[in-house]
Amino acid sequence: MIGGTIAVYRRELSGYFATPVAFVFIVIFLLLTGIFTFYVGGFFERGQADLKPFFMFHPWLYLLLMPAIAMRLWAEERKTGSIELLLTLPVRLWEVVLGKFLAAWSFTAIALALTFPLWLTVSYLGQPDQGVIVAGYLGSLLMAGGYLAICACLSAVTSNQVIAFVLGVIVCLMFTVSGTPIVLDLITAWAPQSLVDTIASFSFLGRFGAIVDGVVDLRDLVYFASLIAFWLFANAVAVDLRKAG
Amino acid sequence: MAMIEIEKLVRRFGSFTAVDGVSFTVERGTVLGFLGPNGAGKSTTMKMITGFLAPTAGRVVVEGFDLADSPVEAKRRIGYLPEGAPAYAEMTPRAFLDFVADVRQLKGDDRRRLLDQAIARVDIGPVLEQPIDTLSKGFKRRVGLAQAILHDPDVLILDEPTDGLDPNQKHAVRTLIKEMAASKAIIISTHILEEVEAVCNRSLIIARGRVLSEGGPLPNGAGWRFGEHEAAPDRLDAVFRRITTGKTESQEKAA
Repeated sequence: MIGGTIAVYRRELSGYFATPVAFVFIVIFLLLTGIFTFYVGGFFERGQADLKPFFMFHPWLYLLLMPAIAMRLWAEERKTGSIELLLTLPVRLWEVVLGKFLAAWSFTAIALALTFPLWLTVSYLGQPDQGVIVAGYLGSLLMAGGYLAICACLSAVTSNQVIAFVLGVIVCLMFTVSGTPIVLDLITAWAPQSLVDTIASFSFLGRFGAIVDGVVDLRDLVYFASLIAFWLFANAVAVDLRKAG
Repeated sequence: MAMIEIEKLVRRFGSFTAVDGVSFTVERGTVLGFLGPNGAGKSTTMKMITGFLAPTAGRVVVEGFDLADSPVEAKRRIGYLPEGAPAYAEMTPRAFLDFVADVRQLKGDDRRRLLDQAIARVDIGPVLEQPIDTLSKGFKRRVGLAQAILHDPDVLILDEPTDGLDPNQKHAVRTLIKEMAASKAIIISTHILEEVEAVCNRSLIIARGRVLSEGGPLPNGAGWRFGEHEAAPDRLDAVFRRITTGKTESQEKAA
């Protein structure tokens, strides 16, 4: 019973490339990663053969770009009424939710894969630790999945793509910075330590930072995987509840 | 066995009751017309029969499959044209029908035959490679119909299939429905009275979420009968008004 997922996946993925939006997005992504890596991250000035200046800006890029990728997933179906067609076909809701998410995730993977010249460059210039770079790419992809799952769910609560985008940015921001002083300073004064630790543990920045440093902790992988699973479940619930509206 | 069995279907939206205890069955060979004013609950009923909306109460059984227990099995047997024939605007009809065929798991020769048959039946060959959002309203509707009949389902649910079409297109869609009538159980909704006379062999008048009256054609084309009301050919409108507003002929004249 995975046929529905495959059909939805293929339709969604080709949907990204049906308009110039996909190419515009990929160009913007590559431009921004380049600017951040070389100008802000000081790739050459650091004199180190690694991709840290490249990866360290990914959370901030994804914060804006993942909501843009995911905003249309459900909001558009709702707006045009095609959701009624889709959900009266003989598929289970979770198959559709999964297919849409995987399409958005694959699209992100394509964009991420197109940054390979950087990897070639750093390998040409020095002897980087390839294991750390592989971990960085996988960690980045996993984190992108987390952002996308959040934004796909939020896309299901509205028929307006702009609202879906803004909601996505806000919630993603909270997950990104929850381990930093921006959030922790607000709550340490009054909240019990266990709550502070819990909120801090949600932080994408902290977990992704560890992966980029080459510390692949199983707990971080489990964290992102269960975050994705949770938001996809919430996505299905949101679609089901809001069908009537 | 009835192809469609509807039992005491109820749907509430908050405090508003859109469908209020609708029951009926549809056999093979029947074209059932849902006739009713706008907002009568026709579309909501169809959304429950096709499994889009869950009923607040009541039961829908399609060819023996209860929609609540085996939704996928039931949905396999239904072809559905939602109101306004929504589709994916950026896709071509060819890609769109391929997608529906994928989801319906049609394969091999069978798939090709069904696709060709659906495309021929609604006559969309010339526009197969144009994006759907560039098509005229008539073609969009036909693409929606092609999607609904693609898997040659036993049960067809068509929500206002001719709404917004020109007279020729209306005629074409009605002819298509009549051609398919013998082998299927079909429900169409409409607020056009002539459509009921043109394609249906049974009709329910629905208003305020309830079935007010059930009718069928009189023998020898002598018009239609709804309960104690009889209508001459092309004179369904008076009967419809009387049933849906509850006014008698003399009250109408006085007003």
